[in-house]
Amino acid sequence: MSINTSNENAERLALMSRRMRLDALDMALASGNNGSHLGGSLSCIEILAVLYGEVLNYSIDQPLDPQRDRFIPSKNHCVLAHIPALAEAGFITHDEVLEFQKDGGRLTGYPKRQEIGLEYSGGSLGMAVSVGVGLALSAREKERRTKVYILMGDGELNEGSVWEAFMSAAHYKLSNLTVIIDRNHLSYDGNTEDVMGIDDLAGKMQSFNWHVVSCNGHSTQELLIAFADEPADRPRVIIADTVKGKGVSFIENRPEWHHHRLSEKEYELAKAEVLGGQTS
Amino acid sequence: MNITSANIRTWARLGQRGAFFGIAMPEIASEKNNVKLLTADLALLSGMDRFIKAHPEKFLNTGIAEQNMIGIAAGLAMDGDCVFATTYASFIAVRSLEHIRQHLSHLGCNVKIVGSAAGVVAAKSGVSHWATEDMAFMRALPNLTVLSAADSFEAIKMAEYAANTDTPVYIRLSGGLNCPVVYTEDYDFKAGRMVCLRKAGRTAIIATGLMVAESMKAAELLAEKGVECSVYNMHTIKPIDRSTLDDIFAENDLIVTVEEHNTIGGMGSAVAEYKATLANTPRQVFIGFPDGFAEAGSQRYVWEQKGLTDTQIADRIINELRHS
Repeated sequence: MSINTSNENAERLALMSRRMRLDALDMALASGNNGSHLGGSLSCIEILAVLYGEVLNYSIDQPLDPQRDRFIPSKNHCVLAHIPALAEAGFITHDEVLEFQKDGGRLTGYPKRQEIGLEYSGGSLGMAVSVGVGLALSAREKERRTKVYILMGDGELNEGSVWEAFMSAAHYKLSNLTVIIDRNHLSYDGNTEDVMGIDDLAGKMQSFNWHVVSCNGHSTQELLIAFADEPADRPRVIIADTVKGKGVSFIENRPEWHHHRLSEKEYELAKAEVLGGQTS
Repeated sequence: MNITSANIRTWARLGQRGAFFGIAMPEIASEKNNVKLLTADLALLSGMDRFIKAHPEKFLNTGIAEQNMIGIAAGLAMDGDCVFATTYASFIAVRSLEHIRQHLSHLGCNVKIVGSAAGVVAAKSGVSHWATEDMAFMRALPNLTVLSAADSFEAIKMAEYAANTDTPVYIRLSGGLNCPVVYTEDYDFKAGRMVCLRKAGRTAIIATGLMVAESMKAAELLAEKGVECSVYNMHTIKPIDRSTLDDIFAENDLIVTVEEHNTIGGMGSAVAEYKATLANTPRQVFIGFPDGFAEAGSQRYVWEQKGLTDTQIADRIINELRHS
């Protein structure tokens, strides 16, 4: 399926992103004193909007169709972006979005529920690329059109087994595998280059024989163009340059918002900013 | 599988690992379409040439990357494959532990982990290559079946069992080439059901892995001295066979557990955990690696440091009976 990179499509996905951002704020408020992973969810809203709104091949009526694409968030704490995307796609109702932390709820605790598009239960970082390699190998062997998409945070690139997986994906020439790196430059303890540097990331991935595409991870247009750029003989990484907490000025680039409580007052301020489109 | 006494002797010569990968796996892959075999750069040593020749499309070598191997196995299993993944028990059970917990234990992926050279057969390679804690790690993970083969024939039976289940299994293979034979003819292998190999007296030896053969020899030495005992092969560490244990506790005055493994968390611990819930059960003696490593050397040299040889097991039992 070819990807529509038109301005109109990009604009449609930008509007979808705004709705998802508002959902994320509602979810953060609903989590009350538990707090939530707002920062790293807001950084990948556009990525998920473009995936679910344009790129991924899925059917909410046949969620287990073997030909479907597989999407796995390796940074599974991006629930405030992923669950709104599932609601946009129609896997869950809009009302259910706010129940993501409810005891006994079907969205609680990073569950695996393939019937609503949750392909994998993660949480521990750096593990899902290996699983993606297995899924991509299997899809190729079974001659399916399935493509595998893994969303990673940049912090989890510190994990060693991630590089084992990168090495093997290139070795097996998995052109049906795409890794999207939400390069928001922050992990829990601060700037990734201060905590444990990962630059030159594009150079590293190139040297691992991956097809590397870099783009602005908040531009739906640039993301569409990146997803349209498909290699024939190797895995692809899309390094999406993003801002942690994107869309809310007092959350942007603040490490403490990796996991944080959102007060009612902050919620109102944040919502006004998202509705007003005031972003850096 | 053609079970003849000549074949049983051949399998013993190949060792548990050679029999598992060289004999059982090629046959299983011919019968079952969805079988995959993964290794982390241990194909040659594991005797996989026959498998690779017959089923190249079912074989994957991930290089020396055990964690990635388990993740890839999980991905394949999520898409319907029955995946066997193997390397040294020390590396697969320890280096990959979190990947096993996440993908096999938590998500229930249909992956069979085969840890070879468990115990101290790689004695001269030193502690890095020994696996004397693997059963403890695997046993603590929910949803895993934990098996430990007494001889090459039993290793083959375990391969067949694992291929016909759709749940995760850890299979512990011990020893090198020329594995002592415990089973000289066909027997009924049921996961979760221990096997009584010898029944006499009021002392019961419960053993697993290579310690089964060693315990059988110890029982013969004891019989020569007029001390009778039973020997059980506990090939399934989890789930534990409570009903047979109930009988053993009722029929004996002394229980001796013998394993090539740390006495913390292994088979002896599994027996003790169950025994502790019951009233009026006999005393238990733990033979194994008391928490600690040993000096590297030949396998028997290491066993001698821990009291795991046939004569040492027999002497220990005589001593314990004297003080009972």
